[in-house]
Amino acid sequence: MSQLIWLIPLLPFVSSVLLMVTAGGLPRRLIAIMGAGSVGLSAILVLMTGLEFHQSPEPYTLLLWTWMQVGDFAPEFSFYVDQLTIVMMSIITGVGFLIHLYSTEFMEDDSDYSRYFAYMNMFVASMLVLVMADNLLLLYLGWEGVGVCSYLLVGFWYKDPANGAASRKAFVVTRVGDTAMALGLFLLFTELGTLQIQPMLEAANATWVTGDTIPAIAALLLLGGAVGKSAQLPLHTWLPDAMAGPTPVSALIHAATMVTAGVYLIARTHDLFLLSPDVLLLVAIVGLATLLLAAFTALNQHDIKRILAYSTISQIGYMFMALGVGAWSAGIFHLMTHAFFKALLFLGAGAVIHCLHHEHDIFKMGGLRTKLPVVFWSFLIGSAALAALPFTSGFFSKDLILLAAFEVPDVGPWLWAGGLMGAIITAIYSFRLVFIVFYGEAHTEPDRQPGWRMAGPLSLLCVLAIIGGWFGMSLDSVFPVSDGAHPSFAVEAISIGIPVVGLFVAWLVYYKRSWSVSGITDSGLGTGLRNFWHHGWGMDTLYDALFVNPYNRVSHAMRGEWVDHIYHGIVALCVALHRVFSGLQTGRMRLYATSMVFGLIVLILLLRWTA
Amino acid sequence: MEGLAIPLNHVLFVAALLFITGLVGLMIRRNVIFILMALEVMLNAAALAFVAAGTAWQQADGQVIFMLILAVAAAEVSVGLGLVLQIQRRFKTLDMDQARRLNG
Repeated sequence: MSQLIWLIPLLPFVSSVLLMVTAGGLPRRLIAIMGAGSVGLSAILVLMTGLEFHQSPEPYTLLLWTWMQVGDFAPEFSFYVDQLTIVMMSIITGVGFLIHLYSTEFMEDDSDYSRYFAYMNMFVASMLVLVMADNLLLLYLGWEGVGVCSYLLVGFWYKDPANGAASRKAFVVTRVGDTAMALGLFLLFTELGTLQIQPMLEAANATWVTGDTIPAIAALLLLGGAVGKSAQLPLHTWLPDAMAGPTPVSALIHAATMVTAGVYLIARTHDLFLLSPDVLLLVAIVGLATLLLAAFTALNQHDIKRILAYSTISQIGYMFMALGVGAWSAGIFHLMTHAFFKALLFLGAGAVIHCLHHEHDIFKMGGLRTKLPVVFWSFLIGSAALAALPFTSGFFSKDLILLAAFEVPDVGPWLWAGGLMGAIITAIYSFRLVFIVFYGEAHTEPDRQPGWRMAGPLSLLCVLAIIGGWFGMSLDSVFPVSDGAHPSFAVEAISIGIPVVGLFVAWLVYYKRSWSVSGITDSGLGTGLRNFWHHGWGMDTLYDALFVNPYNRVSHAMRGEWVDHIYHGIVALCVALHRVFSGLQTGRMRLYATSMVFGLIVLILLLRWTA
Repeated sequence: MEGLAIPLNHVLFVAALLFITGLVGLMIRRNVIFILMALEVMLNAAALAFVAAGTAWQQADGQVIFMLILAVAAAEVSVGLGLVLQIQRRFKTLDMDQARRLNG
């Protein structure tokens, strides 16, 4: 089996290429079978790999070929498998397969069925390359591959210019982070001479001591890439707009897998971050700031998908905080449980949107509890896990993160308090969503029910969102084990109780309506704050003023600049030369022969004189 | 037979003369049939040089190449005459300067 792991990314890749070259010429059934089936087969292969790995838990590398050879630089096309890889592969192919299956029904009416599955399969293949890569260059290939697929899928309905703008924004903003990451790779290669992850980390430990400047710079640059891809402060603005794509795309790419690539990158290179404690603390602070900012923003959104998008940013903030406090396993654990419940929530939202003729505004929904029972239960379970109510999957992972944060010396209690604040707001906004959409009066009637291909994945993800946290994973061989110190009982009790308080508040305000918030929100300060939060703390306005508008103005001013004249001159020269040479093509055979003869004579004479 | 009865230089001189005759014919004649004939003359000039050189150095290569040139000449004439027929049919003339539709 270990010799066959190259099949795992290859299957979706081949399916994607076939779907691209046939360009929709295949029957729809076949497209669906190829699109979902290839990912399903990969999932089975991952399962087999995982079972085999469970029996002999020894990390191994599979070398396929040497990618290129330039001097000492010979990156290989090789895959590395350890527990972290297995976990990531399982999430990508498992959740990915469910979402593909769901998509076969969700996209049924779309005329670009084939293009959709081509992009989705290409995404899965790239993401698998990203997590299986043995060296950072191959990882970067997958990294950019998922970026391209994200761009293509956000702008999938490209006829609406707004979607095109959203996809460009996603691409450009993540590019900022990718550039930082590329610089980080250059730095690591020049300093350590290799990009192979395991030897590189060993070399880093051997070359540098904790607190050196160069590993700090390298870790900062990698963090830049991770922040861009994982939509963390200050590069988070692209994710809410990325909701312009089809909902299953949001579920797979912008919630369950791609946006967690940054978390994976930091976890994979954790030795480097351990060498620079300041950067590691920065990771935690970035996570905390992002999770609070995004949670407050999610509280004030009307669009069902934007709420979920901000909640994704917020949850990834928790993962970053976990990484920053050294709770590596807890971070990856939260990544996994988040993939389950967030995919569930997004697919549920997709089902609502699908059944309510593309309605996105939660205040135009309502009373769907009895009308869409499957979706209601999915949402209820997903929200419970998101809010980390006891004994759901999100509870176990978030609890681990909060307790680990409390353990950190000096700043620990602050991180913990911030995380708790985020947790209570998470509970409020997730149950606000449930109460507004599924209780109260109906404003829109559903015109259809989800079929088995939508209900099936939803039910399976429901099960995973509940039980996904019951089985702790063992990642001890990958990460340094944290000490087993346990905080006091009060800390644990507060961490567990906080989400329930949030649920209660949401119940009072949005279900019983016994406690109205309109008194607060309609006051001058309240309205201002609500608008401020609704627009994501004015980040978009700020970036527009700082970067986008000045750039537009400069490029506008540069039109007709003298630089252009150089290029116009080159064009004019080419045209003139073209006239001369095409004039020589007279079509007269004798002229050609004669000029050849004279040319030959000149050449011979030249040779005589020079020799 | 030992070597060559005539000095090699003389033969090469004749061959060069033949070649130049053909070349000049190629450049100045307009009738396509004469152009073909000029080509044949040039080919034969080269063939003569090969035969003479082969004999002078007692090597069979020269004669072998001569056979090759014969074959090339035959092939060239068959294609060339076909072209001549087509030119006559399309342009109603054999003047190569009239057949210049490929000008730039």
